[in-house]
This record gives sequence, structure tokens and C-alpha cells, in this order.
Amino acid sequence: MSGYSQGESGLILNEPLLWEKGKKGRCGFSLPACDVDEVCFDEALAGDGPDFPDLSEVEVVRHYTRLSTWNFGVDTGMYPLGSCTMKYNPKVNERQAGLTGFADAHPLLPEARTQGALKLMYDLEQFLKELTGMAAVTLQPAAGAHGELTGILMMYAYHKKRGEIRTKMLVPDTAHGTNPASGALCGYTPVPVPVSEEGIMRVEDVRERMDEETAGIMVTNPNTLGLFEKNIRDICAIVHEKGGLVYGDGANLNAVMGYVKMGEIGVDVMHFNLHKTFSTPHGGGGPGSGPVAVNDILAPFLPVPRVEKERDRYRLVTTYPDSIGRMMTFYGHFGILVRAYSYILSMGGEGLKEASAHAVLNANYIKERLKDTFHLAYDQTCMHECVFSDANQEEFGVTTLDIAKRLIDYGFHPPTIYFPLVVHGALMIEPTETETKEDIDHFINTLKVIAREAKESPELLKNAPIRSKVRRLDETAAARKPCLSG
Amino acid sequence: MKEISQLVLPEDVKYATGHEWAREDGDEVLIGLADYAQDQLGDIVFVELPQVGDSFDKGEEFGTVESVKAVSELYMPLGGEVVAVNEVLEDDPGLVNSDPYGQGWLIRIKPANLSELEGLLDKSAYQDLLNG
Amino acid sequence: MRYLPHTQEDIKEMLSVIGVDTVEALFDAIPASCRTTKPMNLPAAMSEWDLNAHMDALAATMASSREYRVFIGAGSYNHYIPSSVPYLLSRSEFATAYTPYQPEISQGTLQGIYEFQTLVTRLLGMEVATASHYDGATGLSEALLMAVRKTKKKKVAVSALCHPFHREVLRTYLGPAGVEIVELPYGQDGRTDLAALEALDDVAAVAVQSPNFFGVVEHLNEFSDAIHAKKGLMIASFTEAIAWGLLKTPGSQGVDIVAGDGQSLGIPKAFGGPGLGLLASTKALMRQLPGRLVGTTTDLDGKRGFVLTLAAREQHIRREKATSNICSNNGLCAMNAAMYMASLGGSGFKRLAQINHNKAEYLKRQLMAAGVEIPFASPTFNEFVAKFPQGFESTYDRLLSSMVVAGLPLGRFYPELEGYYLLCVTETLSKTDMDQLVKEVTE
Repeated sequence: MSGYSQGESGLILNEPLLWEKGKKGRCGFSLPACDVDEVCFDEALAGDGPDFPDLSEVEVVRHYTRLSTWNFGVDTGMYPLGSCTMKYNPKVNERQAGLTGFADAHPLLPEARTQGALKLMYDLEQFLKELTGMAAVTLQPAAGAHGELTGILMMYAYHKKRGEIRTKMLVPDTAHGTNPASGALCGYTPVPVPVSEEGIMRVEDVRERMDEETAGIMVTNPNTLGLFEKNIRDICAIVHEKGGLVYGDGANLNAVMGYVKMGEIGVDVMHFNLHKTFSTPHGGGGPGSGPVAVNDILAPFLPVPRVEKERDRYRLVTTYPDSIGRMMTFYGHFGILVRAYSYILSMGGEGLKEASAHAVLNANYIKERLKDTFHLAYDQTCMHECVFSDANQEEFGVTTLDIAKRLIDYGFHPPTIYFPLVVHGALMIEPTETETKEDIDHFINTLKVIAREAKESPELLKNAPIRSKVRRLDETAAARKPCLSG
Repeated sequence: MKEISQLVLPEDVKYATGHEWAREDGDEVLIGLADYAQDQLGDIVFVELPQVGDSFDKGEEFGTVESVKAVSELYMPLGGEVVAVNEVLEDDPGLVNSDPYGQGWLIRIKPANLSELEGLLDKSAYQDLLNG
Repeated sequence: MRYLPHTQEDIKEMLSVIGVDTVEALFDAIPASCRTTKPMNLPAAMSEWDLNAHMDALAATMASSREYRVFIGAGSYNHYIPSSVPYLLSRSEFATAYTPYQPEISQGTLQGIYEFQTLVTRLLGMEVATASHYDGATGLSEALLMAVRKTKKKKVAVSALCHPFHREVLRTYLGPAGVEIVELPYGQDGRTDLAALEALDDVAAVAVQSPNFFGVVEHLNEFSDAIHAKKGLMIASFTEAIAWGLLKTPGSQGVDIVAGDGQSLGIPKAFGGPGLGLLASTKALMRQLPGRLVGTTTDLDGKRGFVLTLAAREQHIRREKATSNICSNNGLCAMNAAMYMASLGGSGFKRLAQINHNKAEYLKRQLMAAGVEIPFASPTFNEFVAKFPQGFESTYDRLLSSMVVAGLPLGRFYPELEGYYLLCVTETLSKTDMDQLVKEVTE
């Protein structure tokens, strides 16, 4: 192999649990003096206070600093986790979200004192409309799945308003698990749509399944195989003919910014994942943000409050009789909205289109250079991600899991594995546009080395990882005797 | 995972197409999960069973088995009232893996119609099903 | 563009490997009929310098709690956040990682969330806490859906003193699921009417907020007894987590599920989000809980480690039969809350709660002494309702122009309380601030 391994054994410090440290009487907090009289709390209602360890500030700082060193983030290295768009998270966005005026603003302040936040939200809605050709946007949903729920609640409200209760929802086999789960909250039974030999949905399969008891279809486009659903226009037409609606899962929007506007191809409602496409940090699992865009016919059903502009004043408006109501306590993950807004302004329209172009270039480059090494499930031009499998390695007794764990030893975050379900032993690689060619080449070469190891010394893969804080963990024991707190 | 030829397939039980087994025991019937199903699921971490006294029709869902990364519904091979559930599985769900036809049994029922047992597969018919 | 590293040479080399001439050619995979022909009408890229100036100008229009004296809580609380907390939280190993699907290189997040779950169970006296939810309202909705699943009953009772926005979210979530919501009125003591619950039949659960929207502490144990007698589940909610430094825990009062807002635990108000949904239950309900859970285990060498566990409940495995559709949660906010709780410690938490109580009681008593009506006599935590004199609106505006936000008008939420205000005092307001408010109000 040319190059080097990024994973080296180094100094890994141990750190106990919080309550295995500290001493009663310490405090890592600057408690203010009390400038008023002490008042005893009603004894019948009073408790003992929480049994937390008492730690000094230094103990707390070292504790979390050490913990952080056991983690791998985008800032640590390449993180090609398919369908998660782990692109670089710009630091200037953190500055904006941290501005006192934003971070320290109470959500129930009088409107005259929150014009900057409302303007930011209003403008961000306009940006997202422009990117997708949709008519209106809500920024309220807290995450992608929450956006899906918002969209499906609107579909439900739309059908109900027309006096219809529909009971089914078409969901392709390639869909994220959140799709059927979101539908279930409105009582929709998912009807699977198979994927064709080309890796996409066929028009006939949708036509056979779509009827007047079906609320619509949930489409991820490009789909989770990284392929553009070429029949989307015809599929939308069939669904619309039967009075249904088309939901667009925007998880993979990073592939098509400036190339495809979902509103122009028949999508009625879609969500965005600001933490994927618009560069906000994933935070070890959140907070995300999942705005939803709709066309004209669904706009009356958007959640309230909505941000409106009257001359140069911005207001929060709740008087929409057909609205599905409120989705969160306040207005969504405003701090995340600030970051996404800052990202869009940093990139500009042209920059966003270029980001999609490079994301697609990188994925195709990886696909081309690895397709002789790993089995490629669908060999055609892909969009922003490509899906391999472990079929070529099966004869050596090596699985996708082993390949993924070995990548850790070489200093990479593994791709998404065992998803989408339609590919047995899937390895789903999404490089994103922010990786350099050198890092991508290094990743490719590493995977080639691992494929050779699989053949020559499979135990290296079976035992991996060996250079991480811990080795493979016993998930069966964890689930059989759950210990969820200490 | 086991080859079909490696599977344990006792003669004294009947099999359902959903890979449950049923064994006649006096006027009651014992129900469990066949070797093939436990092997496919991998290490079972949790078994959700009905309450004694619940009644189910043939083919109705009566519980679920969970492994770390999969979950599978359990369907009644024949209808009846639950007279006992294997409470040991609460603490030791791995028995379904290690002894699927013995200590890993799931429920005991009083069948509504014992003749439903005849409609199930015997060992050779089940083997044919597995061989596809 | 500084986030896009490819040089023209890089692009050329990559294209030649792929075997196409231009990047545009890769997009031939998209049918022409699907390609947009319109240009994107978005602003041109801004330099970092210009962007900062633009953002500074927007932020400058906001009434931040650093400049203003804001006497509002109502679901978002102004507490002091130690400098060490945002500093630690900005460790990019935490911030730029995703869900810990690969536990060997996510032990930082996993141990941190395990500690968070533990601190939450200790704070609330519950047996199990999840790795977080979006906020209190969405957590409460999930709690009620859990109860509906568990009891197979389709009616729930919800106190009128649960946060009005929480109740709105409940209606959004539960309506299409066909769940009937019965609202329990409040009495003259500013507490939820227990008799109204006792009169109901066939209820899956009751949800009671404590301290409630008026700041009044509820007798959760009485509701637990009443709902358990009806074979339903007791759900407690809250918006002010600091209260648990002084109050009896929900767990000690027979509560089955707790859903609350954790924003008070060191998380910036940020104009309403991201906050933190706390969700906890008894062990009996563990497998009904929505969202992620972290548990302990050992690695191949027998070393302690942490993993996501009980995943068979979740959407990526159980799909439409999952306990919820949630995927991303508010993980970094959970880390934030854990860092804050660790910094305070048990002794500090209790003392901070006491200071909040002392201050709010001071303001309440000063207002009463000045002749202001305090309609509810029951014990409150750091919030309470006051009736200000006729014509107070102009005083409110005058105060606003001198950078004081004199509480939240309640008429919008409870029409019968026109002219009443909800006031909140935390450790961040001084005696001088409160004296000034009393003086202005009663002048």
C-alpha cells in the first residue's frame, strides 16, 4: 500500500464514570450570593435534592476532555457514512449561533424585540423555497423524522378536508425506516414498492399498488442506492391521478442542489435535513433540524406559528384554520437554523450547486476505483453515494461488519453498513464534497488493502478494531440484561 | 449460520410455515420456535409472551422474539387458550437458542380444536419447505 | 470556496478515471425532463467578514437577556451557564460526530450519554431515562402515545395547567391517532382539579405538569393514586428542571412516565431551541420507550464499554411497528445538560434551586405588600401569577423601553386571566432589578 495508516496506537487515557469521582462539598459552579432572605420551601412538598456527585471545575473539564478523545468526528477524519452527509461543519456558523442576541433570546419576547431572528427565519424559508421550487416552508420540525411526521400529518389533514380517510402509504423497499414509522403515526399501513433490476422504482409497480385508499407515496430521490429515480414524473402523475400526494424525503438533497427542483417534478411536500445538506453539526446524534416545504395545495395545512412579513416588519401568525397545529413548543431548532442560514450565505447559490457537483464527482470516482475490488450492487452512474457489498469477500468468511471494523484501525469512520436492506451486506459510501482527492485516494487504497487482507489474513479483520479505546463490544449481553444507568 | 442439513428437526413435533413448532402433550399443546428460526435470528435477547388466559386463533400473533438487530413476530400454529408461558425466558432468553425444543419452549395452550394440529407440517414436509 | 478543496487538476484526474469529460455529464443520469432550467435565485457568496457584519446586525435587534431584565419563564428559563460548559461542548469530537453506530470509536458520546441517563434518573427519581427527545412537548406526546399503546385505551386526561403550547402539540400528535384528549380544569388554588379526573372512565393516562404553568407545585401523588385506581398511567411533565433541586421527585410520588424540558440545565434559550426533551419511566415500561438508550457491556478483553441497546424498539429495525419514528434526537444538548449537572453537583443543584425560590418569593412578597393581587396562594417554585393594576399595558411598554420585560400576559392563553401576568425570577436577577419592577408597577 502506498501512503500510511492513520490509525496508530497512542496514549489512550482512562476515565471513570462521573460518580466514581469527586467528593461531597466540591462545586464546579460559581454560585451567586443570595441578596434576599432565605425562604423555606413548603415541607410537605420538599424533597432531598438530586444525588449527584460533587466535582470541582477542573475535574469536570478533564472528564469531558478525556471522553472527547475517544470519539471520532468529521473534524477527526473522513466520515463516509452513507445517507448521513457528513460534510465539514464550518466554524463560522458556530460563531453566529453563539451571538448573544440569538443565543440569549427568550422565545416569548415581544415581537418588536425579535425582528432579527424573525427576519432570519423568513429569509431562510425563501432560500429553501428557491432551492426546491416549492410554495411555502415551515422551519419548525426538530429533525428529519419529525419533518416526515409533519408532512404526513399535512397529507392526512388534506385528505380529511376532502372528506376522505385513506389507510395506506406506498413506501419503496429502499426507504429509511423512519418513513414507515412516520406513516404509522397517522394510521397508514405501508405498502412496499419493490426496486427494479436498475435499482429504482418501476412505473408499473406503482400503478399496480396505487388506489383511492392510498394517501400517497414517500420517495427518497436520489434513493438510498444513490440512484436517481428516473421515473419520478410518471410515478407522481399516477399518484396524483388517484388523488394521492407525493412525499419527498430530502435526506439525499445534497446530490441535486441547483440541478433538480423537487417542486417542478411533482413532489407535493418534502423535508430537508439541515444537519446533512446544510452543514450543521450532527452533535453525536442531534440536534438536527427538518424544515418542510410544500406546494400551494398543502400550504394551508402548515404548522403554526408561521413567520410573515408586512412591509418591513416580521410577525408570528397563528390564525390558519386548516393548520395541523403546533409541532414543537416554540419555533423549531432556531440555533440550527442560524447555522444553516450562515452556510447558505457563505456558499451562495453557485457554491451550493458546485457542492452537489463535487459530491457526485467524488462518489462516482470511488465507485469506479473500487468496483473491481468490491461487488457493486448496481453498476451505473451514481449520484452522491454508492453501495457495495461483501459478496466478493464471502468466500473468505469475511463480512461487511469485519471490513467496517478494520477501517477503524486505519483511521477512517466506516460507511453505513447493512443498509439499504435491498442489498445483502451493504456498504454504503457517501464521501461528500468537502474531502480532498488525497484523502479520498487514501480511503480507496485502504479499502483495497483491507480486501487483500480479507483474502490473505482474514483474522486481522475478524479481530478488528484493535487500535480503538475498546474492542468489539458484546451487544447481546447489553440487550439481555439492560443496564441503562449507574 | 447452519446448513439445512445441520438443523435439529425432531420427529415428535409439527411445524408451521412461520417456523413455530407444536407438540401434543395430553390434552394440551406446547409451542416453541424451530431451530431454523432461532438460528436465522441469532442471539435472542428478549421474548415477549402473552398472559395466561389470553386466547388466540390459528395464525394470530401471540408475541415477538428479538435479537440485537432483528425482531420477529410469533404466530399461533393452532388456536387456543394460553395456560402457561415459559417464565424462565424472561431471565434467560438464550434458552430459545440453546434448547429450542426443550427448555426454550414458549407457551402451553389448551387447543380450541386439536385437529388443527393435523394441518401442520411433519418433519419431512417441513424439510421440503426449508429446501425450497 | 474554502469548503470545496478540488483544484481543476483534481477534477480532471477524477473525470478521466470515471471516463467522462465533464462533471455535468455525470448528471445525465437525471432525465432532462427532471432537470431544472431556471437559475437559482439565491444571494452570491459572502466573505466571512461581510457575513459576520450581517449576522451581528441581525443579532443586535434582539432583546438578549444579557442587556434586558426579562421576567419571563413559561418554558424557557434564563439561568447562568458556566463558561466551562460551552467550552467543553465545542470539542468537535462531540459536536461533529453522528449517532454512535460504531461504538468502538464513539465511547466519548456513549459514556457521556450513559452518565446523562443516570443523572436524569437521579434527578427525577425514575428507573430509566432515554438518551433524549426533541423537547418537552414532543416528549409528552410520546409519553401519552406510550400509555395508549400499553393500556390499549384511547382516551387521555391532560391538565389545563400543562404548558399551553405543550397541549397544542399534543392535539397535533394525538388527533390523527384517534386519541381523545379530555382537559382537566384548574381550581382556585391554581392546581389541577383532581375531582375532574375521578369523574372520568376508561382513561389510558393523566398528564399533570409540576410546577405547573402558573408555577404552582402539584400534588402528583394524589393523581397517581387516582389514575392507578383506574388502571391508567400517571405522567408528570415539567418545564423548569431546576425545581427538582427542592421538590419531591416524581418517582417518589408514584409517577410512571416523566416528560419534561431540560433547557434549564445549562442550555441557551436560543429563541426557543434546540432545547432538550427529558423522558424517563419505570423499568416496567422500558421497552415501550421511544428513542435511543445507552447501556453498559464489556468488550472482547472484558473491558467496560457502552453501546446503543434495546434497538429492536426503533424504526430502523421495527419500521412501522416501532415505538416512535424518532431517529436523530438532541444528543449534544443532552451532553450539555450532563456537563451542567456535573458542574453543579448535588449540593450545588440544591442550593441553586433554593436561591431561585428565595428570589421569586421576595418579588412575590414585595408585590403583595405593594397591594398587587396574587391570585393563587399555593406554593410556587420560581414563577407565579400576579394581577397588575388597570392600564398596566402602558407601564409594560415604558418598562420595555427601559430594557425590562415585565412578565408574560396570560390573557392570550387563559381568556379569564386578562390583566394577569406570569412572572419568573431566577438567580440571574438581582434584588435591585426586582425592587425597580415593584416600584414601576405600583407607581
